[in-house]
Amino acid sequence: MREIQVQQIIDVIEKLCIDANNHLPEDVKCAIKNCRACEDGKIACGVLDNIIENFEIADNENLPICQDTGMACVFLEIGQDVHIVGGDLTEAVNEGVRRGYKNGYLRKSVVADPVRRGNTGDNTPAMIYTEIVPGDKIKITVGPKGFGSENMSAIRMFKPSAGLQGIKDFIIETVETAGPNPCPPMVIGVGIGGTFDKAALLAKKAIMRPLDTSNPDPYYADLEKEMLEKVNALGIGPQGFGGKTTAIGLNIEVLPTHIAGMPCAININCHVTRHKTEVL
Amino acid sequence: MAKKITLPLTPELAKTLKAGDEVLLTGTIYTSRDAGHKRMCETLAKGDPLPFNPENATIYYVGPTPAKPGQVIGSAGPTTSGRMDAYAPTMMSVGARGMIGKGARLPEVVEAMRKYSGVYFGAIGGAGALLARSIKKCELIAYEDLGAEALRELYVEDMPLVVIIDSEGNNLYELGREEYLASKK
Repeated sequence: MREIQVQQIIDVIEKLCIDANNHLPEDVKCAIKNCRACEDGKIACGVLDNIIENFEIADNENLPICQDTGMACVFLEIGQDVHIVGGDLTEAVNEGVRRGYKNGYLRKSVVADPVRRGNTGDNTPAMIYTEIVPGDKIKITVGPKGFGSENMSAIRMFKPSAGLQGIKDFIIETVETAGPNPCPPMVIGVGIGGTFDKAALLAKKAIMRPLDTSNPDPYYADLEKEMLEKVNALGIGPQGFGGKTTAIGLNIEVLPTHIAGMPCAININCHVTRHKTEVL
Repeated sequence: MAKKITLPLTPELAKTLKAGDEVLLTGTIYTSRDAGHKRMCETLAKGDPLPFNPENATIYYVGPTPAKPGQVIGSAGPTTSGRMDAYAPTMMSVGARGMIGKGARLPEVVEAMRKYSGVYFGAIGGAGALLARSIKKCELIAYEDLGAEALRELYVEDMPLVVIIDSEGNNLYELGREEYLASKK
């Protein structure tokens, strides 16, 4: 068994929270710049120029790209040959988030109770997604998730008879309903299959997948391309002011499912699609 | 070409602004979002005064990140305005006229904008680092316990905005999209 100290986990999560919030991933920057080159909407070009200027300022001055520095979604892929020592893993993740959000001057956006509210003051707890995988390493990804876009996400339990058309219509309907609210241009994550909860998790994983990659199955890779084109034909455009660039990426992830069902979840993200990964 | 405008947002000034106008806004504005609006409307219901004079005021729906040492304010882009729809007509009824945010508004907000000559400006959602540059002064004036949601008075210079909904109810979200799609036919 390889031992990993919780202190190492705390340190990495602190750093990832700050880095993810201040520095947009290269694939996302590249997608925005490519869309700017093709944009022809009247106000849209200026909006995309400002979005590019914004992430450049954030990069150069180490500032949060967006004031909604999100809920800290922390993905842990823990090798089965790792022994975590020195403390409680969940507490370590939360301590890393607490330090990152304090020392990085990030906004504390978490309330202790969904109905009775009340800010926790340190952006904890993190949303932790744990997977046990082969090996003796821990892969840690922090993806701060803003809620302007999270609020426009949707899930539907389709009958299998709805087929592919049902899913296509659902994607278009969800983006139409979202309209200007999630700060377009968006990144759209689609999760199909599994169970009710697994479909939603797949959708979240889909928005974390680099935008310059395709689903390995050509059937879904083609569907990603087709649906991105259809979404961008809606004319919503950057910030909803009209234009070609409604989304800069659309990723689909799938899982086997039950004979009676076809769950489909759509997780909407904004152009500030943040995630940073490190392996211990 | 962006139009330079200086606050306060009087009814006369409000009426000159049209959906789709790009503006550079200068003057004093107030920040508030969900919890601050809830508290302000409770204050008004009790017949008590607001922490600032709402007459011709402009409210920015924002919860900034904490300022680093030497900064006026942290990143400060708009939040989704629709969550303030329940409170916006009440705010306009006591004189507040300008709103800065992003995203769709309910018909009752647009109705109140027509009645009180309100203007809804859009700031670029997700451009918090850029927008912070136009904020020259920031002072916490009330509700400190709400953290990022506290009420702040800001002085902004040439803040880049777009008029989304004007005082006649014209809506850029509808017009901009229609115009773009028509240009593709």
